[in-house]
Amino acid sequence: MQIAPPDFDRMFGALADATRRDIVRRAIGGEEGVAELAEHYPMSFAAVQKHIAILERAGMVTKERIGRRKVVRTNLEGLRRARRLLDQYEELWRGRVTRMSALVTDET
Amino acid sequence: MTVTAVRKDPEKLTVTLDAAFEASPERVWQLWADPRQLERWWGPPTYPATVTAHDLRSGGRVEYHMTGPEGDQSRGYWEILEANAPHRLVFRDGFADADGRPNSDMPINEVRVMINEVGGGQTRMSIESVFPDAAAMEQLLAMGMEQGLQEAVGQIDAILAEDVASTPGR
Repeated sequence: MQIAPPDFDRMFGALADATRRDIVRRAIGGEEGVAELAEHYPMSFAAVQKHIAILERAGMVTKERIGRRKVVRTNLEGLRRARRLLDQYEELWRGRVTRMSALVTDET
Repeated sequence: MTVTAVRKDPEKLTVTLDAAFEASPERVWQLWADPRQLERWWGPPTYPATVTAHDLRSGGRVEYHMTGPEGDQSRGYWEILEANAPHRLVFRDGFADADGRPNSDMPINEVRVMINEVGGGQTRMSIESVFPDAAAMEQLLAMGMEQGLQEAVGQIDAILAEDVASTPGR
C-alpha cells in the first residue's frame, strides 16, 4: 500500500484536535473500523468521519477495506516524523530565550 | 533564566511564552534594542542573524537576514507598531524576498513583548505571538515559529510509548 509522504502543515492541524489525537491512539492496533471508532465519541457519525478524513489527508491514518469494515490504522512513521519536527519547532523560541539568558548572565 | 510557561489560545490564535531573567527590565530591553545583541540570539548558531537596519520606534523598521551554513540567506523584517522602553514592544515579523521587499505570500505574525520587574531582582518577559488566521498559524508552525506544542508532543510520546509496549498488530 502506497502511503504518500506526510504534509507537515496538515499534520499539525490534524493533531491540534483532542478527538483526532484520541482516534490516532485508538487506531495504533488497526483493530477497529470507522463505525466502531465512532461509538467512542459523543458526536454524530458524520462528525467522526470528518475527523478521520482530516487524519487520512494528513497521512496520520490509513483506511483499508477488510470484509465489510473500513479499518482505520495509524501511520506510525508519520507520527515519528511529526514528533521530530515538533521538537525542532519548539526549539526556536526556547533557543532564542536560552541565548538571551546567556547574554544577560555573562555579565553577573 | 527559565522558560516558565508556554500557552496557546486557539480562539485568539495566540502562542505565549513567559521567561524569567535575573536582571533589570532595562537590561532585558537591551537584548531587543541593541542590534548587536539582537544578532546574538535571534538566530541559532547554525543560522545566525545579521541586522542591517534597526529603528526600534513606533513606525520604525528592523531588517535582517539569516545566513545558513551554505551561505544561503533568508531575509526578514520587523515593522514596529509600539515601542515603550523598557516594558513593551509590539511588531509585525515578516518575510522579505531576496531584494528585501515584503513577501506578501508569507504570513506575518504580530509579536507582543512585555517586560516587567516582578521583585527579587527578577524580570518577567512575556512574548505573545498573534496569528492573523488559523491557516497562517499552521503555515508559520511549519516554518518553526511555534514553540509550545507541548500538549501535542506529550500526546504523541504517549502514543509511541503504547506502540512500543503493545503486541505488534502484524
